[in-house]
Amino acid sequence: MSATAIPNAPAPQRQIDNALTSGQLPRFFEVWALIGSLVVSGVLFAVVGFSVVGWIVVAAIVYLLIVGVISSIVENRRKAVDRLVRGVVVIMFLLALAPLLSTLIDVIARGAGDAFDPNFAFKVGGSHFDPVSLKVTTTIGAWQSVVGTLIITGIATVISVPIGILTAIYLVEYGRPNSTMNRAVTFLVDVMTGIPSIVAGLFAFSLFTLIIGPKAFSGFSAAIALCVLMIPIVVRSSEEMLKLVPLDLREASYALGVTKFVTITRIVLPTAISGLITGVMIAIARVIGETAPIFIAASFTNNFNADPFRNAMSTLPVMAYTGYKFPSTDVAGSVASAWGAALLLVILVVILNLIARIVARVFAPKGLR
Amino acid sequence: MSKRIEVNNLNVYYDKFLAVEGVSINIEPRTVTAFIGPSGCGKSTFLRTLNRMHEVIPGASVKGEVLIDGNDLYGPGVDPVLVRRQVGMVFQRANPFPTMSIRENVLAGVRLNNARITKSDADDLVESSLRGANLWEEVKDRLNLPGSGLSGGQQQRLCIARAIAVKPDVLLMDEPCSALDPISTLAIEDLIEDLKKEYTIVIVTHNMQQATRVSDKTAFFNIAGTGKPGHLIEYDDTQTIFSTPKVKATEDYVSGRFG
Repeated sequence: MSATAIPNAPAPQRQIDNALTSGQLPRFFEVWALIGSLVVSGVLFAVVGFSVVGWIVVAAIVYLLIVGVISSIVENRRKAVDRLVRGVVVIMFLLALAPLLSTLIDVIARGAGDAFDPNFAFKVGGSHFDPVSLKVTTTIGAWQSVVGTLIITGIATVISVPIGILTAIYLVEYGRPNSTMNRAVTFLVDVMTGIPSIVAGLFAFSLFTLIIGPKAFSGFSAAIALCVLMIPIVVRSSEEMLKLVPLDLREASYALGVTKFVTITRIVLPTAISGLITGVMIAIARVIGETAPIFIAASFTNNFNADPFRNAMSTLPVMAYTGYKFPSTDVAGSVASAWGAALLLVILVVILNLIARIVARVFAPKGLR
Repeated sequence: MSKRIEVNNLNVYYDKFLAVEGVSINIEPRTVTAFIGPSGCGKSTFLRTLNRMHEVIPGASVKGEVLIDGNDLYGPGVDPVLVRRQVGMVFQRANPFPTMSIRENVLAGVRLNNARITKSDADDLVESSLRGANLWEEVKDRLNLPGSGLSGGQQQRLCIARAIAVKPDVLLMDEPCSALDPISTLAIEDLIEDLKKEYTIVIVTHNMQQATRVSDKTAFFNIAGTGKPGHLIEYDDTQTIFSTPKVKATEDYVSGRFG
């Protein structure tokens, strides 16, 4: 081997082509390919008649073809496959995003449309019959449903979270991994995860009908229905989070002569807290939008009712459903308030998510850089 | 305070698998005893039976007697939690509590056992424990930062500080220096020399020079083959083990002919 690098040698006057960079496409090749395929597809559709969906789909196919062919000619097979697969992955991602974005845009556009009233969320809606003038006046408002949603979901959370997290603690900390008890609990939780929400609603409704009698509609029975749906989600996610806590930490604690109870409450739970909160949030987001079980167990109403133990109670998803399906005499108003309820629900979930993220960040173990 | 450990004919099982068979050993107070032997020979398993830490692994069980100052650790009605308060342990991998600051980590043993401690006593305990583990100078300005932000060697010394902060009678160390640089190792070996005045120390090590440097007595463990139980082959003064061992296997091991 000969030493070619001579210190202080004058820099070469002419840039010599690096042998290692030969046979490569220019840096922004993929951008040009994308623009090219959009133009080709656009020209094609300008001839046949324009359609946005068709334009994008054809552009995507043309793009994959261009990238695959040119790359395999200029570069090598490995790079061609790499560019092709990367293209497919990005396209699939956009495909998955499309319905989400479309729903969100629709909800925002229609919910906050021209008839939007900033006090919509804080006004009790419904129809009022005036016996003097014999006229029905309809007010548009969602306050009764906002309160109902918060009460019903709140009760369901208060009941489900302790049951779910304590079950997870039993599974991870106390039960032996393959004991009959552990396997039975895990199996039942799996079965519960698959229960259709309508069945949970029927269960709660029939349970309260047996206890109270006919017409046993109440916010509380709806909350019980939601518990059936929520507990398995909380158990599953909490179990995974507790399993992530390293065994080392438990051993370190035991070796200091700390009891099992204190080890769990002061070492294991604080270490897993941000994951536990995230799991609970996912469970809440899952049940807050439930319609069928609440519709069955709490019925629907336009009246303001903050007592979860008596009478029908309204929630935002049920309001959206009934507003569309059973509109009042003012059909346009009912439909508008249905969209408004949908938008409020989305906003509520976003707010709860933000709160959970902040809480999780505050409690997260520090110093893990 | 320091206590004598006496082990009579101890068998350790993982479910039905016999991991360590027929160990009898006497460990005197105020001595350092080193356990050496090839990997998988049951040194760590045996060490963990001395403070009932092996019970943390599901399915592990023990037959035989472990007496600490005459009290049987495995007698009926013995609370493993109380045993572990007297017999502390330092692990191979540093495991500071990630949710706690350096200061809280040192005080964890005291605080989590619900002991009340005044702020000045706590400050003294933190300082003496961290000095004892040769970590004070490095962390005294950032006691309230998280322990997981320290380097690996510092984290291990933090764990030693945490273990000695509860003032155990016996200190078990499971390869405490295997992740440390020579300077931290030296610091810990000096620390072991100091701690010997007050504690009974048992240390598992793969480093035979370390065994000769720190220990008074050495126990050599070996297995006949994989799947067979580990045995205590020879237990004697460290000097005897490393110069004139009685058993051929010990001589082969310490002279580097195998292992």
